[in-house]
Amino acid sequence: MSSAPAPEALSAPLTVEFPFTRSLGPVQSAFLTGLRERVPLGVRTSDGRVLVPPVEYDPVTAEEIGELVEVAPTGTVTTWAWNPAPRRDQPLSTPFAWVLVRLDGADTALLHALDAPGPEAVHTGMRVRIRWAAERGGAITDIACFEPDDGPDDGPEGRQDDGRDSSAQAAEARPHDGRFADLVTGIVAPARLDYRYSPGRAQTRYLAALAEHKTVGERCPSCRKVYVPPRGACPTCGVATAEQVEVGPRGTVTTYCVVNIKAKNLDIEVPYVYAHIALDGADLALHARIGGIPYDQVRMGLRVEPVWAEGGRYPDHYRPADEPDADYDAYKELL
Amino acid sequence: MSKEPVAVVGIGQTKHVAARHDVSIAGLVREAAVRALQDARLGWPDIDAVVIGKAPDFFEGVMMPELYLADALGAVGKPMLRVHTAGSVGGSTALVAANLVAARVHRTVLTLAFEKQSESNAMWGLSLPIPFQQPLLAGAGGFFAPHIRAYMRRTGAPDTVGSLVAYKDRRNALKNPYAHLHEHDITLEKVQSSPMLWDPVRYSETCPSSDGACAMILTDRGGAGRSPHPPAWVHGGAMRSEPTLFAGKDFVSPQAGKDCAADVYRQAGIADPRREIDAVEMYVPFSWYEPMWLENLGFAAEGEGWKLTESGVTELDGDLPVNPSGGVLSTNPIGASGMIRFAEAALQVRGQAGEHQVDGARTALGHAYGGGAQFFSMWLVGSEPPTS
Repeated sequence: MSSAPAPEALSAPLTVEFPFTRSLGPVQSAFLTGLRERVPLGVRTSDGRVLVPPVEYDPVTAEEIGELVEVAPTGTVTTWAWNPAPRRDQPLSTPFAWVLVRLDGADTALLHALDAPGPEAVHTGMRVRIRWAAERGGAITDIACFEPDDGPDDGPEGRQDDGRDSSAQAAEARPHDGRFADLVTGIVAPARLDYRYSPGRAQTRYLAALAEHKTVGERCPSCRKVYVPPRGACPTCGVATAEQVEVGPRGTVTTYCVVNIKAKNLDIEVPYVYAHIALDGADLALHARIGGIPYDQVRMGLRVEPVWAEGGRYPDHYRPADEPDADYDAYKELL
Repeated sequence: MSKEPVAVVGIGQTKHVAARHDVSIAGLVREAAVRALQDARLGWPDIDAVVIGKAPDFFEGVMMPELYLADALGAVGKPMLRVHTAGSVGGSTALVAANLVAARVHRTVLTLAFEKQSESNAMWGLSLPIPFQQPLLAGAGGFFAPHIRAYMRRTGAPDTVGSLVAYKDRRNALKNPYAHLHEHDITLEKVQSSPMLWDPVRYSETCPSSDGACAMILTDRGGAGRSPHPPAWVHGGAMRSEPTLFAGKDFVSPQAGKDCAADVYRQAGIADPRREIDAVEMYVPFSWYEPMWLENLGFAAEGEGWKLTESGVTELDGDLPVNPSGGVLSTNPIGASGMIRFAEAALQVRGQAGEHQVDGARTALGHAYGGGAQFFSMWLVGSEPPTS
C-alpha cells in the first residue's frame, strides 16, 4: 500500500510519581528523630571532625562511625544561590536562597533554604538559625528553613586564622547518645518526575491507522520482515523502514497464559487470557486479551479477530474468528 | 601479552530476607562487602577499585545510588564504576570487575550488587504508563508464562516438570543459610497444589521478592597466592545482548544465550558441558526456565532439557546439580541475583558451599539473564588456575 501523508507527531505529558520508602539505619534514624525533637545531631569521624548531616561510614577511612554529637541550631552560610522562582514542593513558596549552612560545632555544611527578602540580604559568612516547622515527624523538612540570626558576622570567609568559626568557637559539639523515645526508623520519600513523551513518527502513523481500525506495520527493506507495531527501523538489520504494509485484521494465537490474579490498575475480571497474536502478514506477535470464548477453551493456533470498543485507541480484545485453527507449523516461528 | 589470570578470593552475602528494615541501603551493601573482605582477610586499603551493579534506579528511586554508596564501600579516592544490564546485572558487574584485573588495570577489585526490593516496586518501575502505548495486560509472571507454554508445546514436556524444579530448589535452599525462603515443610504436593497464578505458572514456581547484597573480591595471581582460602579461578566469561522483540526472536532459547555460552566454553576449553561441568548456578526466575536454559546453555539437546530435570540429574546429588544454593526461585534481590549465581559457582569450586556443597566440584558455571531475555552474562570458574 502507498504511504499516507505523515500526521503531526504525537506528544503527551508523562508524569512518574511514586512514594518510595526508606529504612534509615542507626545514624539517619537518630538524625531525623533529633530533628523532630529540635536536637540537631552530627557524627564524629575517626579524625575528630563533625559531619552534619551525619553519615554511617567515614569518608576518609571507610570505618563504620556512630559517635553522635549535638550541634547548635545556629550556624554560618558557607555559600548560597538565589532561587527567584520556587517550584512545587520546594521548602518555601516565595523566592528564597539555597544555602549551605555550617552549624556551630560542625565541620561540614548542610543544604537547606534561607528565608530572606532578596539576594541583597544574603551573603557568605552571614549568621543564620534554624526555623523549626510547627509540626515535625522526623524528616529534613522538620527544619522549615533557616532565617537570619542577630549574632555578629563571620565575615566573607567565615573562618578566622585558627581555622575555626569565630562564633562556633564557643559552641563545641556535645556528646549525645542518640536515644529518643519512639525512634523514627523509616520515612516515605515521595518522588515525582514530569516528562513530555513523543512516541515518534512511526508510532504516530501506526496510531493514525488504528483510528480507522486498520493495523499498519512497516517492512524492513533488507530482511523483508514486517514489524507491528512499527518502530521506524529494523532492530536486526539496523536500517530505516518506510514501506507501510497493512496486516490482519485476523490473526493466530501463537501462545498465551491464563491470568488468575488481578493486576493493579487493571479493571479486567479474572480469569482472562493474555495471548501473543500473530496478525496475518506480520512477522512478530503482538500481545492482547482474548474474549468471547471461555478462558479454558483458548488454545494455540486459535484464529481470532479484533473487537473494537467505542473510543478505544487499540482493539479492546480479540475474539474467535469463525474458521479452523491454524497448523502449528504455520506459526511456530512466531511464538 | 596474555591476560592476567583472575581469582575469586572473597565472597560475602547478606542473609536474604523479604525486608531489611534495620539497615539503610548503605548498611546493606556494607554488610556483604565486609564479609567478602573478611573471607579474603583483606582491608579497605587493599582494594584498588569498586565495581557495583543494581537493577534500574527506579526500583528504589535513588538516582545513581553508587554516588551515595562510595563511603560505605571504601571507594573514596578510588575508581568506582556502575554497571547496568537489567536482571543480568549482577553477572555483568562481576565480569567488568574481572576484566579490569585480567587487563591489569587493577590488581584487586571489590565487586558488589544489591537490591532492596522492600523499598522498591519492581512492577511499577518496569511498567510506567507510557502515553499512547498499550499497557502490559498480565503482570510480572504474565510476561513469562506464554514463553513457558511455548516451550511445553515445542518439547512435549509433561506439565509436572516445573513443580519438580521448584520442589528441588526450595529443598536446596534449606541447606543454604543465606537463602531467603526456608520452607521447612515443603512437599511436592504443596508445590503442585499451590494457586495457578499465570497458567501454566503456579505460585510456588515463582521467585520471591528479596532484600539482599552479594560481594566478591577479585584479584590477580599474586593476590591469589596470599589468599587464606582456596581461590576460584575464572576460566571464561562473556556477555551477549539482543533486542527484546524482533522478528525471529526465540524466547524459548534466545540466540544471545547460546552465543554467550559458546564463547565461555571456547575460552575455558569446554567441549562437552554436560560431562565437563560439575555444578551450575543458573538464573531461573520461574521454575520452567531450568529445562529451557539447560537446552540454551548446551547441557541438553533441543527438546531434551526437561528429561534431565525429570530424571533427577539436576538434583543436589545428581550428575549435574543445578542451583544447589536454591537459586533465584528461593532468593531474588533482583540486582544481586546474577552475582549470587556467579558467587555460588565460585563457592562450589572453592569447596566452601557448606551443606549445599556439590561433592568434588571442580568446574562450575554461573549464569544470569535479564530484560526481556535481552542480556546474558556467564562465567565459568574452576578450582585450578587456567593453563593458558
